[in-house]
Amino acid sequence: MARVAQRAPWVSAIGWGAARFLPIGLLLAAWELLSHSGAVTPFMLPSIEAVVARIARDAGTGELAVNLGLTLYRSLLGFAIAAVAGIALGLFISRSAVVRWFFDPVISVGFPMPKIAFLPIVVLWLGFYDVSRITMVVSDAIFPVVTATIAGIQGVEREVLWSARNLGASERRLQWEIVLPAALPQILTGLQVALPIALIVDIVAEMIMGGYGIGGAMATASRFADSRGVFAGLVEIAIVGFCLVKAMMLVRRRLLLWHPEALDAANG
Amino acid sequence: MKAFVRYSPLLLIALAWEISSRLGLVSTLTLPALSDVVAAWFDLAKSGDLVANAATSLWRGSIGLLLSIFVGGALGIGMAWWRPLNVLLGPLVELFYPMPKSALIPVTVLWLGFGDGSKILLIFLGCMLPVTIGAFNGARGCDRMLVWSVRSMGASRVRALWDVVLPSAAPELLNGIRSALALTFVLLVSSELIQARSGLGYLIGFLGGGGVYDAMFAVVLTVALLGFLADRLYLVAMRRVLIWRE
Repeated sequence: MARVAQRAPWVSAIGWGAARFLPIGLLLAAWELLSHSGAVTPFMLPSIEAVVARIARDAGTGELAVNLGLTLYRSLLGFAIAAVAGIALGLFISRSAVVRWFFDPVISVGFPMPKIAFLPIVVLWLGFYDVSRITMVVSDAIFPVVTATIAGIQGVEREVLWSARNLGASERRLQWEIVLPAALPQILTGLQVALPIALIVDIVAEMIMGGYGIGGAMATASRFADSRGVFAGLVEIAIVGFCLVKAMMLVRRRLLLWHPEALDAANG
Repeated sequence: MKAFVRYSPLLLIALAWEISSRLGLVSTLTLPALSDVVAAWFDLAKSGDLVANAATSLWRGSIGLLLSIFVGGALGIGMAWWRPLNVLLGPLVELFYPMPKSALIPVTVLWLGFGDGSKILLIFLGCMLPVTIGAFNGARGCDRMLVWSVRSMGASRVRALWDVVLPSAAPELLNGIRSALALTFVLLVSSELIQARSGLGYLIGFLGGGGVYDAMFAVVLTVALLGFLADRLYLVAMRRVLIWRE
């Protein structure tokens, strides 16, 4: 920041704030111009006001609230289950050789697999209900959490563990007060990877299985060649994704206030 | 022997699967025996359905991924190298990166229909940003001192970009490509399951719709295995490329 110190700091702050919104404004202007230019049909690219009107209409009828609520409920519940189960599994794998023997190959083979291909099998077993969608979300989102937890626990400094034991900490307190907090930065990184995955998988599951939810609504709109509905869904889900990822970053900053990384962020 | 002990849990799972459906612990309607699935796989492979659809899927996936690597990599390095590009594109990358990429599936179908084009466009758009961010972070972390040194020794800007910035961006760029590779399979299979007339995803949906579950399991396992193998091959190649780091 030394380079811009000649100007008052708030001037450059406003300048950079404007610079951040300028590209987004340009993109919206390009969208609007293109959709009115006649170069593309309104079917391929509906104008912004048509899409906004569509979102407003859905909001008025309550459809938006239902779809948004269902999508958020499925993906966030799946994410929460994946987070809790993933951290627990990571802890068990780090602590017990038998558990590690069993899960190590399962994870190293299962992580890179496109688990979405199993969706028809899960539907066959569990039916066209939320439990199938949530199962898919959990089965995809759990992998980054488990691997991040294991890596985080491996990175805990031995000396810290030794001193805590030396001071008489029980195994239980050791896990809760030393190991988990020390592994927290990496666990949070794993959760930050898992959150967008949860959304991606939930949207796909909704599209394939149909029904309510933003993905389901987009699939229906696409089937009836209702391009405004498709673009309305795209805008809605882009906003949801952006807000969730930002919220996750805030959670990280709050939970890691004590960590050197928070100091770096404050200074840089 | 070591590999056997390491991977024995997978064998145990396969064995448990076979026994539970042979003994009738679960209905073979919902879980066909593993041996039946393997037999169905050979039938599918002999009939040519599997190979033809796999070729279609792999073609779509590799073209889309290659496009995203070239465009995304160039964008990321460009953004790190030339500030105005970063000011212009940075906010857009930040805005679109968290978007669940699968939401693009119906949009690409609107634009390009049900064929190869829509899948390639989807994979290109979906995979571009992870590559861009990897390239950007890698190139930004490049030691400025090294760039200044080669420039002072008479290297052109392009030369410095090629010989210094690109190699130092390589580790993060290659990691970005690895997540793009995983995403390719996810987007490919799901778009083919939703709207397609060919490809492995379509085959899964087709067989499942017809109730031929042993064949459907065979294709699902094929897709899973292809995704796993692609990742392992990529890891081996990546270690070779990065061998100078150790």
